[in-house]
Amino acid sequence: MKDIFLDLRLWEIVVLSLQVSLSAVVLATALGLPLGAAVAVGRFPGRHALIVLLNALMGLPPVVVGLVVYLLLSRAGPLGELGLLFTPAAMVLAQTVLITPIIAALTRQAIEDAWREYEEQLRSLGAGRMSAALTLVWDTRFSLLTAVLAGLGRASAEVGAVMIVGGNIDGVTRVMTTTIALETSKGDLPLALGLGVVLIAIVLVINAAAMVIKEAAQRRYG
Amino acid sequence: MILPLRLEAVSFLDVIKPLSLELGAGPSTIILGANGAGKSVLMRLMHGLLRPTAGRISWSSNGRQAMVFQRPVMLRRSALDNVMYALRVAGVAAAERPAMDALKEVGLADLAHRPARVLSGGEQQRLALARAWALHPEVLFLDEPTASLDPSAAREIENIIRAFDAAGTKIVMATHNLGQARRLADEVIYLHQGRVLERTPVAEFFSKPATAEAAAFIKGELPWA
Repeated sequence: MKDIFLDLRLWEIVVLSLQVSLSAVVLATALGLPLGAAVAVGRFPGRHALIVLLNALMGLPPVVVGLVVYLLLSRAGPLGELGLLFTPAAMVLAQTVLITPIIAALTRQAIEDAWREYEEQLRSLGAGRMSAALTLVWDTRFSLLTAVLAGLGRASAEVGAVMIVGGNIDGVTRVMTTTIALETSKGDLPLALGLGVVLIAIVLVINAAAMVIKEAAQRRYG
Repeated sequence: MILPLRLEAVSFLDVIKPLSLELGAGPSTIILGANGAGKSVLMRLMHGLLRPTAGRISWSSNGRQAMVFQRPVMLRRSALDNVMYALRVAGVAAAERPAMDALKEVGLADLAHRPARVLSGGEQQRLALARAWALHPEVLFLDEPTASLDPSAAREIENIIRAFDAAGTKIVMATHNLGQARRLADEVIYLHQGRVLERTPVAEFFSKPATAEAAAFIKGELPWA
């Protein structure tokens, strides 16, 4: 069991997993944060339906996302020409689809709560909606960090989507969760357990860091 | 000059009944009335935060106006940065000097670099006034600015309001505190159930109120003023 952590294969898998999930988080933040902020302070027809949709999409089943992205990327699909199926890029795409609604919905909630508190003051000062939204994003940055980390947690823990669009190819698209699934079914428990320990450690560290940062900010800025 | 401010047959839902009013430069105007009389709504209509259900509100030209609320809302940044934010939104590029001057004016220069949200209630309200001061508004609206403060903090706020008046800013303040109205007002607008029942110089309002409602309000409120 101890030797398993000296296995280079294990660390390659860990690195690829982090690359895929972190890339997906960066993309999903770039999309979800402005979307959530816009829905929070915007007033447009269909806004309410969009909020319901975002909240519902937070619970998207990863296998369904995997299936849809698979159909998009498969040779006969609309994006088939890109040749992305069974590459890490496909896994990033699938996880981005999976977690953008999570980041958008949590951002919407945080910014809308802040908007309720700040609206009169910001309008009194003469801030337009766009500039008010940016002010709110900055002022709720520590709550938004939690939203982003929720996305990262979800991305690094899911197995269904990356399994379908990545194909779990050894040395190419094999990540922690898909390896655990495969090795367990093959009976190679030490590698599966080793990866499980690493995965849990990563999730723990991320959440502990988020909590420490948020509490320090609360004390510092009120 | 952005004054006079004209309200013509302005109403808001059934909170403000159709009323016409003209506010000119000069005397400090205190809007008095019981809770629910419509003071806050009337101030928000004048300041432009609410749109009237009917009627017309017009200023004679564009210009700076500011409002201080009962509960100040501070951004999660330093006291100085909060004042600078207001200046930047108003289009002032070199904001640091005037922001610092405004903090000095309200006695918060020492706390300039403290996070605004950890200041006490009285300090935050002074910071809200510094934010308004930096803008040099022609009109300052104040909605019960001392209602959640202790007497000594309230006195400091009143002193700053006097400084605005001395600097030529028109004061329009809502309160239900009669002592404060006596101390700060030149004229009183008495609001009752969304209607302006009286508009008189402050001494006259307290010595011989013209309506039974105002008389009852003065009698009922005085013991706690």
